[in-house]
Amino acid sequence: MTIIKHELRQNRTAFALWTTSIAFLLIVCVFLFPEMKGEMDSVGELFASMGSFTAAFGMDRLNFGTLTGYYSIECGNILGLGGALFSSLLGISSLSKEEKDRTAEFLLTHPISRTRVVTGKLAAVLTQIAVMNLIILVLSLLSIALIGEDIPFRELLLIHGAYFLLQLELACVCFGISAFLRRSGAGIGMGLAAAAYFLNLVANISESAHFLHWLTPFAYCEGADIIANGSLDGGRIAVGTVLAAVGVAAAYRKYIRKDIR
Amino acid sequence: MNENVIQTENLTKYYGQTRGIEQISLTVPRGDFFGFIGPNGAGKSTTIRTLLGLIRPTGGVAKLFGLDMINDREQILSRVGYLPSETSFYPGMRVRDVLKLSAELRGRGCTEAARLLCGRLQLDPARKVDELSLGNRKKTAIVCALQHNPDLLILDEPTNGLDPLMQREFFEILRERSAGGTTIFLSSHILSEIQHNCAHAAIIRDGRIIASGSVKDLSRTGARRVSIRGRMDYDALSGVKNLCISPDGADFLYNGDMQALLAVMANGTIRDVSITEPDLEEIFLHCYTDQRKADTNQPFQST
Repeated sequence: MTIIKHELRQNRTAFALWTTSIAFLLIVCVFLFPEMKGEMDSVGELFASMGSFTAAFGMDRLNFGTLTGYYSIECGNILGLGGALFSSLLGISSLSKEEKDRTAEFLLTHPISRTRVVTGKLAAVLTQIAVMNLIILVLSLLSIALIGEDIPFRELLLIHGAYFLLQLELACVCFGISAFLRRSGAGIGMGLAAAAYFLNLVANISESAHFLHWLTPFAYCEGADIIANGSLDGGRIAVGTVLAAVGVAAAYRKYIRKDIR
Repeated sequence: MNENVIQTENLTKYYGQTRGIEQISLTVPRGDFFGFIGPNGAGKSTTIRTLLGLIRPTGGVAKLFGLDMINDREQILSRVGYLPSETSFYPGMRVRDVLKLSAELRGRGCTEAARLLCGRLQLDPARKVDELSLGNRKKTAIVCALQHNPDLLILDEPTNGLDPLMQREFFEILRERSAGGTTIFLSSHILSEIQHNCAHAAIIRDGRIIASGSVKDLSRTGARRVSIRGRMDYDALSGVKNLCISPDGADFLYNGDMQALLAVMANGTIRDVSITEPDLEEIFLHCYTDQRKADTNQPFQST
């Protein structure tokens, strides 16, 4: 518990900044919906005429004039990209920062096992992601209520749930990589998040690149699929869960035996 | 009850192809004040990191309190206080937060001990660690290492950054702890620290222990530091080392027969002479610069 508390305390500024930023952008987006709804005829034509771009964001399969359609594309992108970047950075820095900042010597000469260190840090990462998502979800629901729209609970919970899983997956994979690093992995974390995002766009555009959907967690966050099916894609989530588990297992395996120089 | 607090057998560490330490065999009995001497890169820190379980040895065994460092790491570390040569703390914390975190990681309440140590070392616990000078960071690390009253203290270049008054206070605390039964392992390249405080010492060179024993034995040698004013025939003497001739006289380390030295001096024109025991620093430097020559009149118990 000491390590979890310590990690949360150390990350509190970054956590507050990311949560505030994502929540603020999401709320602004929701408050724009009534205006967008009124201009839907012209906007709909515009989006329909953008070819591959329309397909890349799944706008060809969603009605932008409905709250769920609008929310899953606009708010989904904010939550998806922002959440992916935050969780990747959180995961990639968790273990490596101790060696980068030369605090590993302090931490690991105390009578705590490395297994406890890894577990405590992982728990802190997951806690921050969970709390951030909970805050954002509550603020999002409140903002929808404030603009006077009916809240589509099921769809919203599914969309937020999918992005929560995406963040967990990226955080766990980055956490595994973090165990191998001795310096900052911020570039790797952000690169991984961005690559996952763009892989999904490419997979949406081209039929021949559809297989890429199995590699990126953004695939199971597609609003069009979630709303159409009324559920999440279990197969893709299972693949993501395996990748996350591999990341966590790698972190334990590597860090427990790692030489701290 | 095992009487050796530190025991290593053929402890070896390679970083890939690079040598860290080789075949280090050390024994530090309970209550000893043990010095570990060597210049930068000799393997002192690698040895200490292996003893603390920060790195895994390539070969050999390290036991502390009779327990294996790899398998019983937590049990061992609960009895160890470690002062690193370079101190780094988490950003944004105050000194008291660092001390509290350290105590919590040990599962102990050390508030009173920390207060006393901060008082003695004149360390303000309310200061932010980011704003501390090198000396105050060192003091923070010292309190972290001492506040839980460990059975073994491992100190790596402990006085680096401390002013002379604080160094005196620090060694006073160490002597008190030593008198109370704490075993102290002091790694340093400041030989006077070892000579004045340690009972036993080991010298490490190129990753290997080249000499070990009591500091008295290490200092006790047939060699003498000879300083003369005047002239004499140095070539007539064997066993002269580090000869340094000045217009007024000469200074050298003499390892040969004393009668022969006196005879050569009697044949010269000597106005003044002093013959003294070389200090540990001189022996150490001699040992480092020309160990093979030193073997001809071995002053050390080589290992």
